[in-house]
Amino acid sequence: MSTTETTYVIPEKRELTTKPRFSDKVFRGVVTGGGLSSLLILGLIFGFLLYQGFDILKSQGFDFITTSRWDIAYDEAGNVLSSDFGLSSMLIGTILCSFIAVLIAVPISVATALYLTFYAPQWIKKSMVTIIDLMAAFPSILFGIWAYFILMPSGVYWAKLINHYLGFIPLFENKDRYFQGSPFIASLILAVMIIPIITSISREIFSQAPLDRIQAAYALGATRWAMIKAVVIPHGRNGVIGGAMLGLGRAMGETVAVYTVLNIVFAINWKILFGVGGNVASLILTKFGEASAYEIKGLMAAGLVLFVLTLMVNFASDQLVRRFGGSGK
Amino acid sequence: MTMKTDTQAKTYQNVQPKRPWQASVKDRVTTAIVLAIAIISATLLVKVTGLSGKLGFFFAFVLIFVALTSGRQYRRFGSASAKDALVNTLVAAGTFLTLIPITSIIFEVFSKGYKGIYLGLFTSDMSLNSPNDPANVGGLGHAIIGTLILVAIALVISVPIGILTALYLTEIKGRFSQPIRFLVQAMSGVPSIVAGLFILSAILYPITKQNSALLGSLSLAILMIPTVARTSEEVLNLIPNDLREAGVALGGTQWRTVAMIVVPAAKSGLLTAVILGVARIAGETAPILLLAGGGDRFNFDPFNGPMGSLPYFIWNSFKSGTPESIARAWTGLLVLLVVLLFLFSAARFLGNRKVGK
Repeated sequence: MSTTETTYVIPEKRELTTKPRFSDKVFRGVVTGGGLSSLLILGLIFGFLLYQGFDILKSQGFDFITTSRWDIAYDEAGNVLSSDFGLSSMLIGTILCSFIAVLIAVPISVATALYLTFYAPQWIKKSMVTIIDLMAAFPSILFGIWAYFILMPSGVYWAKLINHYLGFIPLFENKDRYFQGSPFIASLILAVMIIPIITSISREIFSQAPLDRIQAAYALGATRWAMIKAVVIPHGRNGVIGGAMLGLGRAMGETVAVYTVLNIVFAINWKILFGVGGNVASLILTKFGEASAYEIKGLMAAGLVLFVLTLMVNFASDQLVRRFGGSGK
Repeated sequence: MTMKTDTQAKTYQNVQPKRPWQASVKDRVTTAIVLAIAIISATLLVKVTGLSGKLGFFFAFVLIFVALTSGRQYRRFGSASAKDALVNTLVAAGTFLTLIPITSIIFEVFSKGYKGIYLGLFTSDMSLNSPNDPANVGGLGHAIIGTLILVAIALVISVPIGILTALYLTEIKGRFSQPIRFLVQAMSGVPSIVAGLFILSAILYPITKQNSALLGSLSLAILMIPTVARTSEEVLNLIPNDLREAGVALGGTQWRTVAMIVVPAAKSGLLTAVILGVARIAGETAPILLLAGGGDRFNFDPFNGPMGSLPYFIWNSFKSGTPESIARAWTGLLVLLVVLLFLFSAARFLGNRKVGK
């Protein structure tokens, strides 16, 4: 070993690893935890409502959704003697109102979305999109009070017109001539509330229609409508259906706006112009104020039914929008 | 020779570019005439026949306009063009129908609500007033404070969770991305009353046994998380991947990259998400009625006792039913609407700025 000899120290081979460092592990853990919180919350909602409503669901069984009575008998000490909880009229009312709302809202929303995507000049498009987004952010109490004071009189007038000319159809029958607070008016306000939702989803899906095919259609001499019929509608049909289902889910869970206009009665009513209707969410709000601890359990069970119903509708809509169109909004 | 090219150049200079897709003067005049005919005949129909009201006029006008334009296009270019004209009118009419309710809502709220606005409205509460008092007595100061407290607590809970969810979906993209995206979607569909019932059954009945703002905020947070999460996800998706790659290439861990590059780049967008979340819950009524209850006086303690809020104030005034209290409800709606409009324009302003600056 002499000093003249140069020594080459080969550095130790650097360890190449894809193992995340400690900070990254913590980061990933925290973020994943945050991400899974939605699962936790939904699970807790289901669990607690089931826990609180279990007694009622057990004692009523399937009668809870197939019968239509809501009676509790107490003795003088306030103990429950007998009880009947049945949601069928409320469920039917909820579904009926929401379906009619979607039937009213879909044509208007699709027309608006088509207009904004393919017809409107840029400045109209921009301001309309802002207005529609704003409308989607309005709280339901605003719609509710507006509906009670402004929409109700017009709605009653339209209901009378429909009844006068189409009253022979059982759906539009109204022998008692009582038009206030009918499911029709509730449907109108629900339609107003879900139009922005369906419009923005339809618009998103229409704007993703393949540009090359649109241009090909124009190049072949198609008019605008022929292009829409040949390219846009086949492309967007299922996405629009998904958007409509999302609107349906929203309409089913709406509480305050329906509560202000609908006349809630425990009777199954298919005549949409007749002022008797049902709605699960509004029922909860109506009964909550004076409910006993036992009745609250019934309301919890009703909330569970509503939760499961909206979850199912949402799941279906999510599948449709995801499979056939852009990201649902 | 030179003369000729000169004149040629001059004439070319004067040639305006043709725009064959634009309506010619003749077309415009015809459209105006058709429009006028439709308006006049619709007015006549409403006057003379059984049709009446604005809606009657609207339908008559649309029908006549459709008939005239489609007929004209049919004569000129045939049935395809006629159909096109028909659809053209129908989609425009649909857009108009969409506009009616929102115009009416804003107009009615402003015209009915402005009478109740006075300075004391924002400083006093309703503890000494009955529903029969005129609108210039008492106020909604307690309701504004209550809404601020409710929203602030909900914000503290939901913003971290919402943004973490969005980060999971955009940065980690793990195994659960697809299910979580669905769950967030499902959560945004949870009816507000169900969120209220959940807190009621989980906390109010078993533990606290009394209304408080904290419980109201918890239910509002459930409603706010999906809005924050989804808007943030959209914003984070817009951040160019180059930034992330640059961060990692410089030797940063993922944590450093996200915390020092991605999130600062998306700052204004994330703020938009938070504002939209606040707009979503500021007017939420049903869970507030169940959980926060409501009061007529100032309450600054979020953990004890019922707390008033703007939606409760509006709801209570509406339910009282006297003309004075209904006027008060409209005033409350006006305040709420102004708050929402402000939040919304702030979100627009921030959202319009370029991402990444």
